[in-house]
Amino acid sequence: MNRLTIETYVGLFVVAGLAGMFFLATKMGNVGVFEPETYSVSARFTSVSGLKEGGVVELAGVRVGKVQKIVLDPAAYEAVVHLSLNKNVELQEDSVASIRTAGIIGDRYVKLSPGGSDLILEEGDEIIETESAISIEELVSKYIFEGDKE
Amino acid sequence: MDAVIQVTDLVTHYGQRRILDGIELSVLPREILVIMGGSGSGKSTFLRHLLGLKKPSSGTIRILGQDITGLSRKQLYALRKQIGVAFQGGALFGSLTVGENVELPLREHTRLDEDTIRIMARMKLEMMNLSGFDTLMPSELSGGMLKRAGLARALVMDPRILFFDEPSAGLDPVVAAELDELILKLRDTLGMTIVVVTHELESAFKIADRITVLDQGRLVITGTVDEVRATDNERVQDLFNRRPRNDAVDRDAYLHRLTGYRHDAL
Amino acid sequence: MINVLHRLGDSSLGFVEQAGRLLLFLLRAIASAARPPYRWQALLRQVHFIGARSALVILVAGFFTGMVLSLQFYDTLVRFGSVSLLGSAVALAMIRELAPVLTALVVIGRAGSAICSEIGIMRSQEQIDALECMAVDPYRYLLAPKLVAGVISVPLLTSLFIMIGIVGGWFVGVVLFGVSEAAFFQGMYETVTLHDIRMGFTKSLIFGLLVVWITSAKGFFLHLERYGAHGAEGVSRVTTDAVVIASISVLCADYLISAIML
Repeated sequence: MNRLTIETYVGLFVVAGLAGMFFLATKMGNVGVFEPETYSVSARFTSVSGLKEGGVVELAGVRVGKVQKIVLDPAAYEAVVHLSLNKNVELQEDSVASIRTAGIIGDRYVKLSPGGSDLILEEGDEIIETESAISIEELVSKYIFEGDKE
Repeated sequence: MDAVIQVTDLVTHYGQRRILDGIELSVLPREILVIMGGSGSGKSTFLRHLLGLKKPSSGTIRILGQDITGLSRKQLYALRKQIGVAFQGGALFGSLTVGENVELPLREHTRLDEDTIRIMARMKLEMMNLSGFDTLMPSELSGGMLKRAGLARALVMDPRILFFDEPSAGLDPVVAAELDELILKLRDTLGMTIVVVTHELESAFKIADRITVLDQGRLVITGTVDEVRATDNERVQDLFNRRPRNDAVDRDAYLHRLTGYRHDAL
Repeated sequence: MINVLHRLGDSSLGFVEQAGRLLLFLLRAIASAARPPYRWQALLRQVHFIGARSALVILVAGFFTGMVLSLQFYDTLVRFGSVSLLGSAVALAMIRELAPVLTALVVIGRAGSAICSEIGIMRSQEQIDALECMAVDPYRYLLAPKLVAGVISVPLLTSLFIMIGIVGGWFVGVVLFGVSEAAFFQGMYETVTLHDIRMGFTKSLIFGLLVVWITSAKGFFLHLERYGAHGAEGVSRVTTDAVVIASISVLCADYLISAIML
């Protein structure tokens, strides 16, 4: 094999390998190259059991952002979830944030439902209306005990 | 005249076993010295020590005035640029052509331009009657050609000392004789000091100025061809007359060889 | 009894000796790789040999690995009704474990064995002594380019393995079993973190070093093998040894790195 083909072949190989790494790092590793511009809002929940940082935020089933940070508010015993949302998604002030599960053992995610207000949420604002994570055990026990009362 | 190579009281071991014992030898400028010995005599080991490929247990080896047993790698490499070594099988690199093999030392150690390097390499190949073979791969050459190509590579830096390991082993008599002629020519025309290791009597007598005979790790005799021929040393005569050795049998060693047990360890 | 002890001591001494030799070998090879002048041509040729020429095998192996992973995960996940996790499962298994390990094993088989026998033959035909005698450092001339090429090539091959593996997983999951394409890729993008990718490539870097190191050292020290190894038979035996030792080292190192990084 002459030298030119070796060089071309090696070049091709290196470029393909690097392209793969680049794809993995940006698309999956979320190294910010293609990251769209975002703004962040917060929401309070009584329970976020199962939700993880980096989790998905969906609106009408479409991914519009991710969970940035989850912290405990020690005074209110509530979880404060910071969401980072794509700039092009405008949320009304009375939108509802609820924590849902994909499938039975699937990941927890934050579901947003639009409201009807004229006021639009801005960077640092808080979503007031929330629904916490539904615990299956609680649900089951509630059903059983309510059945007992009748 | 100062000796080119001066070996004093060289002792070497392989593990616990003593291989060379109290070797004293000097090689003079422009002389062809032949180191002879049967297999297992330690002559290959001796050569490896002369080349600095192994470190001896004790003793000194002075080559061109420097004791190679105490040199750093850098100093040793500097010294080796003045030394050429032709290995038994040629030791050409299988991934390079014959020509590239011969060019390699020039490429590594000189800043000559491409054309000069190629011409110098071809000159040496020409000298070895290998002109036109430079684009072949080593696997396409016969044993004798490999040896000559290896010699061309050893000579391409115009060394002051040439070591040649078994020049005639495995060659037919005609080719072997040609190589002997070549060695003589090298000494006569280029004024090299040449050390040849061999077990072939005929070739040794033909080319040697002096012969030294190794037997079981010791130098038995060193002298001119006539002196060595005339010696009455039994081992040397055995070697010359192709007589089988009649060793006194060591009972323990014999048992050990037969049974494979270490009697000393049990 | 004494005989047993004697043998035990003998073989442990041999082991320590070999380990020390391997370590010195690596240090010297790295030291000579780090110092200029660099041998770009030799490096290029080695990346071609270790990397580019393994690419086709890697692509085939990666594709089938991705397919079978997807098949197995689908069969498991469908029982829990969580088929949407298929993409994540395939990608995570690929990136963190299978791609680095299988790539290393393929490289051992294809290039590692060839490196070992090439250097072993050079040793047995006195070519390495010839290099020394020509004042050419075999570590610099012969070994450093191979080592650097291993460290460069194996991560690149791993990256190809992952990419094609995901395609294989997509083919089985989405095309054959009808999992939603959006779920497959969305899930994958969400679950895989930079840490997972870092772990995969840390592994592949270390494996690249390990594979070339062990196989080339085995060939290089052919003449020091305890039971004597010469000629063609010696080379083939040492090559077999090298492949086995390198494979096992890769698997051990895999566990260690996982345990440290998880």
